[in-house]
Amino acid sequence: MAARLLWASRVASYLRISTFPRGFASVVKDLKYADTHEWVKVDGTSATVGITDHAQDHLGDVVYVELPEVGTNVTQGKNFGAVESVKATSDINSPVSGEVVEVNTELNSSPGLVNASAYDDGWIIKVKMSDAGELDSLMDSDRYAKFCEEEDAKH
Amino acid sequence: MILHRVRDGLPLMNLVSLRAVPILQQLHLEERLLRSSSDNWCIINDGTNRPNIVMGISGRPSELIDLKSVLRDRVPVIRRFSGGGTVIVDDGTIFVTFICNKDAIPGLQPYPHPLMSWTGQLYKDVLHGFGDFHLQENDYAIGSRKFGGNAQSITKNRWVHHTSFLWDYDIKNMEYLKIPSRAPKYRSARPHVEFLCRMTEYVPSRSTFIERTIASLGNHFSVKPIHQDRVIDPSNTLHSSSKLLTRQELEEAYSSLCEKLHIAAISV
Repeated sequence: MAARLLWASRVASYLRISTFPRGFASVVKDLKYADTHEWVKVDGTSATVGITDHAQDHLGDVVYVELPEVGTNVTQGKNFGAVESVKATSDINSPVSGEVVEVNTELNSSPGLVNASAYDDGWIIKVKMSDAGELDSLMDSDRYAKFCEEEDAKH
Repeated sequence: MILHRVRDGLPLMNLVSLRAVPILQQLHLEERLLRSSSDNWCIINDGTNRPNIVMGISGRPSELIDLKSVLRDRVPVIRRFSGGGTVIVDDGTIFVTFICNKDAIPGLQPYPHPLMSWTGQLYKDVLHGFGDFHLQENDYAIGSRKFGGNAQSITKNRWVHHTSFLWDYDIKNMEYLKIPSRAPKYRSARPHVEFLCRMTEYVPSRSTFIERTIASLGNHFSVKPIHQDRVIDPSNTLHSSSKLLTRQELEEAYSSLCEKLHIAAISV
């Protein structure tokens, strides 16, 4: 058992994944996070956006994703789309401002990718950022992990 | 920080009581209050003016409704802003909607399951003594028969939970709805007539249910009645994504379905 835990922690370290002390809801280092539980991966002026493992875990099985049109402008903190899970639509809010240059059309036929691969194949939109300075207001992985713990502890 | 209004230590909730308001108008009101108000609201609409089919945000008509009969009988079909399944509503339906700030109920997380659980407990109190009430998966049921369908919409700081209660229904209307492929396990493939029940068989009157709902809300909120003239504005469709499907959309869905099934589309 101890050897398996050691192996798991080495794999997590290699993949740059942190797990919470309770062992669920992962975060990925090098991403930035919004307090509305979206993540952003930055590459120059391009930003890939999705929802976090914490969000998909709390929302339940995603059955539909409402995607914006390519060319839409998004604003930091404002909703640009929605996911449907259980009987609820839940807003997805953009962590950055800019223009949507690509949407993940795979989600039309496989919305469950948001649950199964929240940080990878479950990405939702790509944005050409208009203000990279906005990233300073987002959380890093450690701060986001702590934020989630505090939020869950309040309830 | 937004300061929310409080009275007697409880957050304020505005109560709007309606009678036979068209369901599309009710949905527009709900979205407007969700997106542009910072107050808590309860909307009760006792019946709606005519039968309407209401699908959730991702509803596909060809999968959920009997298009031929819907087109023939010109039944309005609405796609609403919240998630969830398809209902047919009429004057036998009682609608109750809660629109709240995310911190209105201490300790309640604004996610689907906690909201469903909290409202389930509220209605358990409302219906105490009238029947074996259960929150069955995401439906309100007496025993294993559904009498209330739920849906939600959750934004950054607020949430809506709305329910259509089957006070009474016409079984002929249920024939417009197909048995959905995405159904709760407890349905066990039962047809509508074996899956649903009528509240009128369990609760003495509509007003009993409505009054007890308001009383139960009073345990969590300081409820303040607001006259509908202060909120109803049919011309204001700002923030309204709930839409009546056009006849053309329904006809196109019917034609595509017939093509897919290799059958001739009968002109309706």
